[in-house]
Amino acid sequence: MSGVTMRPHRRSGSHHVRPRRNLVLTIVMALFVVYSLVPLIWLVINSTKTQADLFTTFGLGFGKHFVLFSNIAQTFTYKDGIFLHWLLNTLLYVVVGAGGATLLATLGGYGLAKYAFPGRRAVFGVVIGAIAVPGTALAVPTFLMFSKLGLTNTPWAVILPSLISPFGLYLIWTYAIDAVPIELLEAARVDGASELRTFFTISLRLLTPGIVTVLLFAIVATWNNYFLPLIMLSDPTWYPLTVGLSQWSAQATGVAAQPIYNLVITGSLITIIPIVVAFLFLQRYWQSGLAAGSVKA
Amino acid sequence: MNHSTRWTALRRVASVAVAGAVVAAALVGCSSSGNSGSSGAGAGGGKPADVEAALKKGGEITYWTWTPAAKAQVAAFEKVYPKVKVNLVNAGTNTTEYTKLQNAVKAGKGAPDVAQVEYYAVPQFALGDSLVDLSQFGFDSLKSDYSSGPWSNVNVQGKVMGLPQDSGPMALFYNKTEFDKYGIAVPKTWDEYIAAAKKLHAANPNAYITSDSGDPGFITSMIWQAGGQPFKVDGTKVSINLQDDGTKKFTAMWNQLVEGKLLSQVPGWSDDWYKALGNGDVATLITGAWMPGVLESSVPQGSGQWAVAPIPTYDGTPVNAENGGSAEVVMKQSKNQALAAGFLKWLNDSEQSVNIFIGSGGGFPSTTKDQNSDNFLNQAPAYFGGQKINQVLVDGAKPVVEGWQYLPFEVYANSIFGDTVGQAYTKSSSLDPGLVAWQKALVDYGNQQGFKVTVG
Amino acid sequence: MSQVTAPPVRRRRSALQRRVSLAGIGFVTPFMIGLALLIIAPIVYAIYLSLFRTQLIGGTAFVGFGNYATLLQDAKFWASFLRVLLFLVVQVPIMLVLSLIAALALDSARLHGVGFFRIAIFLPYAVPGVVAALLWGFIYGNQFGLTAWVNSAFGWHLAPLAPSWILGSIGNIVTWEFMGYNMLIFYSALRVIGTELYEAAEIDGAGAWRIIFNIKMPALRGSIVIAVIFSIIGSFQLFNEPNLLQSLAPNSITSYFTPNMYAYNLSFAGQQFNYSATVAIVMGIITGVISYIVQVRGTRAENR
Repeated sequence: MSGVTMRPHRRSGSHHVRPRRNLVLTIVMALFVVYSLVPLIWLVINSTKTQADLFTTFGLGFGKHFVLFSNIAQTFTYKDGIFLHWLLNTLLYVVVGAGGATLLATLGGYGLAKYAFPGRRAVFGVVIGAIAVPGTALAVPTFLMFSKLGLTNTPWAVILPSLISPFGLYLIWTYAIDAVPIELLEAARVDGASELRTFFTISLRLLTPGIVTVLLFAIVATWNNYFLPLIMLSDPTWYPLTVGLSQWSAQATGVAAQPIYNLVITGSLITIIPIVVAFLFLQRYWQSGLAAGSVKA
Repeated sequence: MNHSTRWTALRRVASVAVAGAVVAAALVGCSSSGNSGSSGAGAGGGKPADVEAALKKGGEITYWTWTPAAKAQVAAFEKVYPKVKVNLVNAGTNTTEYTKLQNAVKAGKGAPDVAQVEYYAVPQFALGDSLVDLSQFGFDSLKSDYSSGPWSNVNVQGKVMGLPQDSGPMALFYNKTEFDKYGIAVPKTWDEYIAAAKKLHAANPNAYITSDSGDPGFITSMIWQAGGQPFKVDGTKVSINLQDDGTKKFTAMWNQLVEGKLLSQVPGWSDDWYKALGNGDVATLITGAWMPGVLESSVPQGSGQWAVAPIPTYDGTPVNAENGGSAEVVMKQSKNQALAAGFLKWLNDSEQSVNIFIGSGGGFPSTTKDQNSDNFLNQAPAYFGGQKINQVLVDGAKPVVEGWQYLPFEVYANSIFGDTVGQAYTKSSSLDPGLVAWQKALVDYGNQQGFKVTVG
Repeated sequence: MSQVTAPPVRRRRSALQRRVSLAGIGFVTPFMIGLALLIIAPIVYAIYLSLFRTQLIGGTAFVGFGNYATLLQDAKFWASFLRVLLFLVVQVPIMLVLSLIAALALDSARLHGVGFFRIAIFLPYAVPGVVAALLWGFIYGNQFGLTAWVNSAFGWHLAPLAPSWILGSIGNIVTWEFMGYNMLIFYSALRVIGTELYEAAEIDGAGAWRIIFNIKMPALRGSIVIAVIFSIIGSFQLFNEPNLLQSLAPNSITSYFTPNMYAYNLSFAGQQFNYSATVAIVMGIITGVISYIVQVRGTRAENR
């Protein structure tokens, strides 16, 4: 760690190594890309097929009918539009859960990085320890606790546990150490600004890339959350997309089975689009945020 | 439905805080009359007259089911009884729902008033004391309305624990086109069935007589048909023998297919399986009478190819078992058990509701009147080439062996089936060691859970 | 790593110090309350539960460490543990090496279209585990999945869902999901290496490989430690993928395929909540200890 400068250098590449482009390397990377994208391409292609075509036509080729739009329409109207419910629930869980998690982690990480107070080392130790606690190992006891409190089958059961992200706090902590110079805080103190005001007017702006990174990871975590809502919720009107899709998939089983593979596939595609878009648009922020988190260990 | 369940959920959050107050209020208010319709939880003191009274008075109940017909049934019910509001919730298909139901029972709240439970899972919930004995409402008198298999399945230890929704007397569904192509006759006995399996697979290496990669529901039904009774339950006394005569009769026959690699290993209900049903790679299914609806709606490529025959037997004498099918039950947690019972009676015993159910293609009726109606018997779906399939299926409901029992922890038992018996399938080896391993795991589990489990 | 970055300024008045320390406590408190209620309380509750045994017939009894004694001899638990351990020692190195190669290639400045490669390889990370498992489940099917097509095109006999293949197939899904994520972590670490180091290397006339081994790899050590720790935690927690694939591979994926699936099935299929809590606690301890060892060893190597 020692001696590493934290300012991300925008190297052009031409300064220190020969700028020769390497074809072999490009081919190797192209293989990586094929591996990464083929399943996604499969998803896109197959969301344009009818269920009959899914069974009868080649996986990476188009079907006899191009029904992407009717699949999308069906996905949103099947069973009185339950899918839209799930989408909105997921948004609720993401906004409140990931937003809250980011807020708490930002405050905590900033406090740990910039303030000396008794017990700070202990707090830090607990947080680091909590990172290593396997989240799903907590699921069953959390479920039992929540069911005693009557919180199961309510949105709180999904939101509350997602509010605490020890890794998020840790990321902010590492980021805040260098991003917010202590002199700036002292100057603000001399000017008589309150600590909270300083945080909102000065520090928050400096922390933005770190916060965006934590927010994105929190969004991914809540958007992908499956285990917890699976055991906490019994009413499908509270399901997030992940649990809903697995229910649609499981509906192909048993007496009165109703396989809707075309809707499962189209629904999956719709599920990943918002998050992919979020990543693409916020690329610039999270990359520099990651840079800070990645070098500290 | 959405609106009101949301409210229920929100209220539940607040309910912790007011729980104390409710208890207090209940203590004070229990003497107040005019509270008709809500027979006290767990009291068991309901009367047949309470049901009609509760339906007239109205109220709100929640119904968990994954039956496709449910929406139309509930709508029709609310028309007949406008004062009753039914919140319809699809809490998941089979085991997903049982997990949630079990969780609600454990939590002491959150269970619906009425729930769909497959027959094999009824004893588990009955034993957990989470179901209402419906004989207090006079439902024992409905026995004659149902065929014997499903009725015995809702009878646990002499109590009426639910009303049958549908039933699944087994039959042989076969791909006639495929059979004709290879000159295979419809097998009447299991020996003929095995011969057909060999002939088909030899003629077309991609085709198999059927798919079976290990399904506890299928195996227990097949043991049942062979006259086995591996599970005997008397209160908390359970005896398990997965090597009794009936079981061995079945495995001696079925092992020939397993060991001969004559079974498709495509897992049932997977996308691959649906495809294989459509293209002839899986040529027969031995399954419950509810299968036609699934074939018609989900295997359109098989239209005009499939046909139905009686299930093969060991010696030519007709004998059958049930496979699949559900009951609806009233949960003890219900605040209005009489109303729930009233809804249930209409749902599974009224002609109007059963007709909606049959029309949805979601299952095979359990009520003898509907099974034997001319309309039902004379249906000749084009999917089955105009065959009057219901005549075959209804005949199959008659020779069902009586006295079959499921374990009081059958849901758990099924969950570990793949760990034990399933392993035999992957090795194409005899099922018997797997059944013995399953038995051992079940005996251990039962004893750990406080049952008195014996072998034999 | 725990070096204090804001050295206490001793000459300040103690009032200011108190104000600062109060503010610090204020910032940290909301998080710590949440941590106490949502992480520590469930752990304590799980420990409490693990000391009892509840029967379907006969109620609840205190059994002390009885559940732990049972667990020590529970062949199913150890089978599941060894399975994820195997997964860990095979899948994690493969994934991290692939991520490392990709990150070094991105950073090599010898690549066309760096931006495209970066985002394309990263994309699978945005796919929810549930969707990834459903998606690969379709692909793995050897009747109408892509596997079927590959088999008929090349005359192969791939059976990704067969018992002997399944762990590798799940490993493939996990690799697919997280390779890009780890690549970005590594890549970000490479981007912050000071230019002066490269300039010095250039003056020395160091070749590409020497730069990789003498400059880049040391700079990556911290992020590799992080990636390894998260991969350990992820492997020990494996649940979503096998749980969703189970309906496609019922005999390959047993009810105790991974410790987490075992805990889940004990709780929700078997109603053995107490024993399930014991499994959770023991797995938590094992994960914590191994992560700690990796962390300590990783940092010690760094300080040498």
